[in-house]
Amino acid sequence: MSGPASRTTAPESNAGRSFRAGSVQRRLVQRIGFGVLSLTALATVVPITMVVGYIVQQGGSAVSWEFLSGLPRDGMRQGGILPAIVGTFLLTLGTAVFSVPLGVAAAVYLAEYAQENTLTRLIRVAIINLAGIPSVVYGLFGLGLFVLFLRFGTSILSASLTLSIMTLPVIISAAEEALRAVPQSFRTVSVSLGGTRWQTIWRIVLPQAVPGILTGVILGLERAAGETAPILFTGAAFFLPRLPNSPLDATMALPYHLFVISTQVPGMPVQIQYGTALVLIVFVLSMNLAATVIRSRARARRQW
Amino acid sequence: MDKIVVDNLTLQYTDGTESLRGVSMTIPANAITVLFGPAGGGKSSLLRCINRLNDLADVKTVSGRVLLDGVNILDPATDVVALRRKVGMVFARPVVLPFTIRGNITYGLELMGIHEAARLDEAVEQSLRLAALWDEVHERLEDPAIALSGGQQQRLCLARSLALQPEVILLDEPTSGLDPISTGKVEAALQELKKDYTIVLVPHSVQQAGRTADFAAFLLQGELVEFGVGKDLFTRPSDQRTEDYVTGRFG
Repeated sequence: MSGPASRTTAPESNAGRSFRAGSVQRRLVQRIGFGVLSLTALATVVPITMVVGYIVQQGGSAVSWEFLSGLPRDGMRQGGILPAIVGTFLLTLGTAVFSVPLGVAAAVYLAEYAQENTLTRLIRVAIINLAGIPSVVYGLFGLGLFVLFLRFGTSILSASLTLSIMTLPVIISAAEEALRAVPQSFRTVSVSLGGTRWQTIWRIVLPQAVPGILTGVILGLERAAGETAPILFTGAAFFLPRLPNSPLDATMALPYHLFVISTQVPGMPVQIQYGTALVLIVFVLSMNLAATVIRSRARARRQW
Repeated sequence: MDKIVVDNLTLQYTDGTESLRGVSMTIPANAITVLFGPAGGGKSSLLRCINRLNDLADVKTVSGRVLLDGVNILDPATDVVALRRKVGMVFARPVVLPFTIRGNITYGLELMGIHEAARLDEAVEQSLRLAALWDEVHERLEDPAIALSGGQQQRLCLARSLALQPEVILLDEPTSGLDPISTGKVEAALQELKKDYTIVLVPHSVQQAGRTADFAAFLLQGELVEFGVGKDLFTRPSDQRTEDYVTGRFG
């Protein structure tokens, strides 16, 4: 039907039409793309909201002043969870005391002093593998080394040391990254002004890296605070209705307490289980919030 | 008086890029000596030998001598910290440290262990005046240095070096990122400073080399082609390559 004349005009009109059609089509594809992306983003928000919401709904009624500040009574079926809260706080603090100085020092060595060679590659491989070890294996290792061999017993000290080893890789990696993010030019300038390498690190590099290091530290400690397996054999007590008064005491801790009252105690009121979960989650999420605040504040104040 | 003597200096980087081959020259005191030539000629490498900043780079071999007041500073036994206080440096991109304006200047002094406020205040004012920046910033010394304009930052970097009361000032294309007015201020400051200091400048253009040089060295691919009094080198170069470069035939 179409003659040669109409065929010659076809490409042009086709092009014009496909331009319009294409733009409609493209807009549609874009809209679908955005829709899918928003859905996936939403998909990550939904579970956390549901988990927190469910826990609040189930356990909110259990949380009272007495619950937070009291000792457990009646085989943990009544009373409060203060020893577990204090225990988790002390374990987190103990972990920080050991892992932060060690982790930051290791990161300074790796980022500022070490040459790229077989030794440092070996160290890096070790750090990566340390991060991959299942936490229950840390627990067993802690039992062997700290509890039995070093005779620290089942104690806050043993548990903190075990958690520290588990937390180290997180802190080292975060701190090394934060140190490397400090512009090289600051180091060159400092050295050209007669600064030694250590003076440069101490007065410029470390202070500039502190927010990044702190964020990594908090994220590492947050994980430690929520772990059960590493403290299972090394420091956590099944039922110890008093506050610890020495680092060599065993202690109750929130994650292990939650495990115990959820599986080991018959006739446990559900509200107390969820109330305990709520306290644990608030503890961990508030650390997370602190990390976020520190990061955004530092970003606003940063001069590079 | 010959402040710096470079004697048969050869330098190679590990990746084999920019290097120096048998460079010998003398840099007189109380004058501006410019090192100029096309990129990759070894200007920065030579400059960074004078304060041993090349120690931080991947240098494969260095041979020859660099004498500062007759002492070979390439000697491994040299106290590089003391050397770098004596030989200040200003870089192409103004890098202000993440402190206040005042903090930038006092940093080097504090590294030396000077902490008395009165002494620091005096050094701050003196060095800022020398760098022709005092009038612009004296009312906001506690502001973050990053808030200054590019030209002001570069003069702050100059002041920061001057605060250590060096004898030699090295400048590596200090005005490459600056507008003509800021450039003029830096150049004017250098003309004042040369009365008391030995200045070695890598200019960012042949024009700047011509404007500022008391003495000039033309470096081409790691070799020193010609060294002489600035006026002569730019008006009556004795080497054809220098003439070609100065007149813009290549580069």
